[in-house]
Amino acid sequence: MRLTELPDAAGHFGPYGGVFVAETLMEPIDELRRAYEKYIQDPAFLAELDADLQHYVGRPSPIYHAERLSRELGGAQIYLKREDLNHTGAHKVNNTIGQALLARRMGKTRIIAETGAGQHGVASATVAARLGLECVVYMGEVDAARQEANVYRMRLLGAEVRTVSSGSKTLKDALNEAMRDWVANVDNTFYIIGTVAGPHPYPAMVRDFQAVIGREARAQIQQMTGRLPDALIACVGGGSNAIGLFHPFLEDEQVAMIGVEAAGDGLETGHHAAPLCAGKPGVLHGNRTYLMEDSDGQIVETHSISAGLDYPGVGPEHAWLKDTGRARYVAVTDDQALEAFHRLTRIEGIIPALESSHAIAQAIKMAPEMRRDQILLINLSGRGDKDMHTVASREGLKL
Amino acid sequence: MSRITATFDKLREQDKTALIPFVTAGDPQPDVTVPLMHTLVENGADIIELGVPFSDPMADGPVIQRASERALVNHTSLHDVLDMVREFRRSNSHTPVVLMGYLNPIEIMGYAEFAQAAADAGVDGVLTVDIPPEEGSEMLAALRAQEIDPIYLLAPTSTAERIRRITASASGFVYYVSLKGVTGASNLDVEAVSRKLAEIRASTDMPVGVGFGIKDADTARAMGRVADAVVVGSALVSRVEEHAGDTPRILASVGELLSTMRQALDAP
Repeated sequence: MRLTELPDAAGHFGPYGGVFVAETLMEPIDELRRAYEKYIQDPAFLAELDADLQHYVGRPSPIYHAERLSRELGGAQIYLKREDLNHTGAHKVNNTIGQALLARRMGKTRIIAETGAGQHGVASATVAARLGLECVVYMGEVDAARQEANVYRMRLLGAEVRTVSSGSKTLKDALNEAMRDWVANVDNTFYIIGTVAGPHPYPAMVRDFQAVIGREARAQIQQMTGRLPDALIACVGGGSNAIGLFHPFLEDEQVAMIGVEAAGDGLETGHHAAPLCAGKPGVLHGNRTYLMEDSDGQIVETHSISAGLDYPGVGPEHAWLKDTGRARYVAVTDDQALEAFHRLTRIEGIIPALESSHAIAQAIKMAPEMRRDQILLINLSGRGDKDMHTVASREGLKL
Repeated sequence: MSRITATFDKLREQDKTALIPFVTAGDPQPDVTVPLMHTLVENGADIIELGVPFSDPMADGPVIQRASERALVNHTSLHDVLDMVREFRRSNSHTPVVLMGYLNPIEIMGYAEFAQAAADAGVDGVLTVDIPPEEGSEMLAALRAQEIDPIYLLAPTSTAERIRRITASASGFVYYVSLKGVTGASNLDVEAVSRKLAEIRASTDMPVGVGFGIKDADTARAMGRVADAVVVGSALVSRVEEHAGDTPRILASVGELLSTMRQALDAP
């Protein structure tokens, strides 16, 4: 099967993906799959989605030529896809709008979501407020502490934020708790997963809602430069912004794709969140994919300065893109990401999210080794306002 | 005939309902598990469900989740759990043991290697919460090759078509999850369970166990009237938690609760 035709009917990308959930969720997931397959081809649904993306989110987001940064690096021209300019400040809203509209068509009155950095939680609370849906967001205690402002934003938007104190108290535990909520409330509840992981159809559905990034970028870069980019770069936690950018370019063989994982303190220290670079295949959260696990098959705690990348798994489509060699995956440390954060802020006047700073850091590594007529297209997946406290505290300041 | 089927046949002749307690292996300490298994048998267990600890037990409520966390403090692995079953078998060759857990620890060991090791240790059935039959053909073949019964969950949300598919893959017994929710929840509706059991029995002659929400003598007796087996987990695991660090009290407290359930089930 061609990469663009995946997943297969059972949700598989090669050996990855699938549906690995308890029996209670099998029928609700099938109901979701049927609804998704129906509405993703329904012109009325798509028109409603497009109108919201245009008028509520502010799409299309622009592409920006980072000329000063490119000049300083002395190599490839760097273009940024400005998902940071979306309503709520990141790419996450592309997906929450899509899923919330789907929830409404399915007659669900309550939505739940998990969140790491808080961006997906905010994006979910936002669409819930707009559609008048009840909203509960699960967030690990550790994440809630380092993203206090986002917790408050969600509460302002009318969502109930439930902090999760089990396990590592981060994103994976929030996901476990959201799944438990869903099992108990399947009749009226829609679970908005924020990334391209989870049981089928989530990886395909979230990708389809995020692919607007790559469709726009593919047209925009050609309009601005007259050609396709040489390489795409995006950060990968679960991998939704990366898949959104990559997918519409899959058949453009001359375009390289680089996903950037969080190397945390360094891959050699074990304190990182880079399952594609340093993990192995297993089954977690409803799908088979690369995981950070120990030799007993227990999921291990991850570390990244950016809460949004602090996850032990990754979307199954990325696992397959890695194995097939269509995309390449690398990792960037906390320190490198921070350096990129400051550099983009000072040179271009754009404060990137710490997640997106990982992609910028990779561009900073690659650009000098490329020719000046080559193009790197980077997904600037979110803005850094939410990270002020984290960056300040790294520098010994308290805001 | 498997040890599980033989057990159900014998109970059916005696017109008795099977009592299946669940405890998490390695909780709160590895050396508690085997004595606890013997205590369960002494207090009326017909089959034992032994939980394999997992870091991310998505289908479990807080009680069993915490039991997993306690067991993982000592790194209780799937290999360790099999060793516990082997030790239990030294002095008990009649009580079936069903492992209940999640796929990833099995996946990393390899299906065939796991099935062989489980059979060698004396495991009779395996219930893997997060592998539906759609994804499970390889695992199923590995278990059958070792004559281990694959135990599957059925749920209130299971359609007639899924019930047929699952009962076709299962052997030993099927486990009906009595409510929409995680383990340890408490909103039990005997009438609704009874209707669903009738639907399940239309597709299979296999015994049907019911679990999730059975916590004392009354709920056990109510479920025992309609089910072939009742499974009790969180209520027992709560007692393990309450007395963690004091093994004699764990054994006494768990044994006491289980025996009141046994009496309730056997009362005329």
